[in-house]
Amino acid sequence: MLLAEITDTGLASLTYGLGAIGPGIGIGYLVGQAVQAMARQPESAGMVRTTMFLGIAFVEALALIGFVVFFLGQG
Amino acid sequence: MFALEFPPLSHIVNWPGLAGDGQWWEINKVVLVYAFAVILTLLVFLLGNKGKLVPTGMQNVAEMAVEFVEDGIIMETMGKEGLKYTPYFLSLFFFIFFTNIFEVIPVIQMPASARIALPMVLALLAYLIYHGAGFKSHGLGYFKHALVPPGVPWPLLILVIPIEFISKFLVQPFSHTVRLFANLLAGHILLVTFAVLTSGLFAAKWYAILLPLPLLGVVFFTAFEVLVSFLQAYVFTLLTGVYINAAQSHEH
Repeated sequence: MLLAEITDTGLASLTYGLGAIGPGIGIGYLVGQAVQAMARQPESAGMVRTTMFLGIAFVEALALIGFVVFFLGQG
Repeated sequence: MFALEFPPLSHIVNWPGLAGDGQWWEINKVVLVYAFAVILTLLVFLLGNKGKLVPTGMQNVAEMAVEFVEDGIIMETMGKEGLKYTPYFLSLFFFIFFTNIFEVIPVIQMPASARIALPMVLALLAYLIYHGAGFKSHGLGYFKHALVPPGVPWPLLILVIPIEFISKFLVQPFSHTVRLFANLLAGHILLVTFAVLTSGLFAAKWYAILLPLPLLGVVFFTAFEVLVSFLQAYVFTLLTGVYINAAQSHEH
C-alpha cells in the first residue's frame, strides 16, 4: 500500500502550508497589538485601525504569493 | 468516496466568448463585468452630483462615500495636499469594489479581479501616478529621495541602494497587483469548493445528511466575501495613497 508519494501537487501544497506559517503569526500578533492599543486609547482607534489594515495588507502579501506559487507549482 | 471532482482552475476563471470568440475584442463574462463596473461607477458620479442642499437618494450615498474616501483614506495617508487626488481615489475605490462584488451576485458570480489583467492595469496606472508625483515634486532628485534613506552611513549605501531600487521599482507594483488578484481568486475558489461539495452531497446516498454543513459554508463564505470585496478595494486604494505620499513627501 502506498502511503505517501511525492508529487508536484503535494509539493506545491506543502509550499503553501509553509508559506502560511509566517504571515499567520504576523497577522495574529499585529491585530492583537492593535486591539490592545485601541482598548488603551479608544480616542486613537481610527488611526490605529488604518495602520492595522495597512500592516495586514503588507503581511498578507507573503501568504498570497505562496498561494500563487501553489498554482504555478502544480503544473 | 463521494465521486467528487474539483473542476480545473481554467474552468472556473476562463469563460467562453459570448461574441467574437478568439478575436481581440472577444466579449465574455469578465468583459461584461468590466462594463457593468464602469457604468455603475459613472452612475455614482452622475447621480451623486446633483448638488442639492438637502441630499436625497443616490446623492446621500455618494456624499458618504466621498467623506469616507477623503477622511478615511486621503487624510490618513497624505494629509491636506492629497485632496486633489479625490476623483481618482473615488473612482478607483468604486471600480474595484464593483468588479469585486460581482463575485457574490447570483448568475454572474465572477470577480473580474480574479483575472490578473485588471489588478495589473490598475497597479501599473498607480505606478505611473506615484512615480510621476515623485518626479513632479522632486525633479531628478527623486531618485535620491527614493533610493537613499536618510541617516544611513555611506558604506551601507552599496547594500541599501539596490535593495531600495528592487523593492520600490520592481516588487512594489508586483505585490500591489498580487494582493488584489490572489485575494479574489482565493475567495472565488473557496466558494466553488463549497458549491461543488454541496452538489456532490446532494446526489450521494446516506451522506446526504451532511448536506447542511457545506451549504452553511456557502452562505457563510458568501457573506465573508462581501466583506473581502470591500476590504480589498479599501486596501488597494489606501496603499495607492501611501505610495503617492512616500513619493512626494518632503519630510526628511
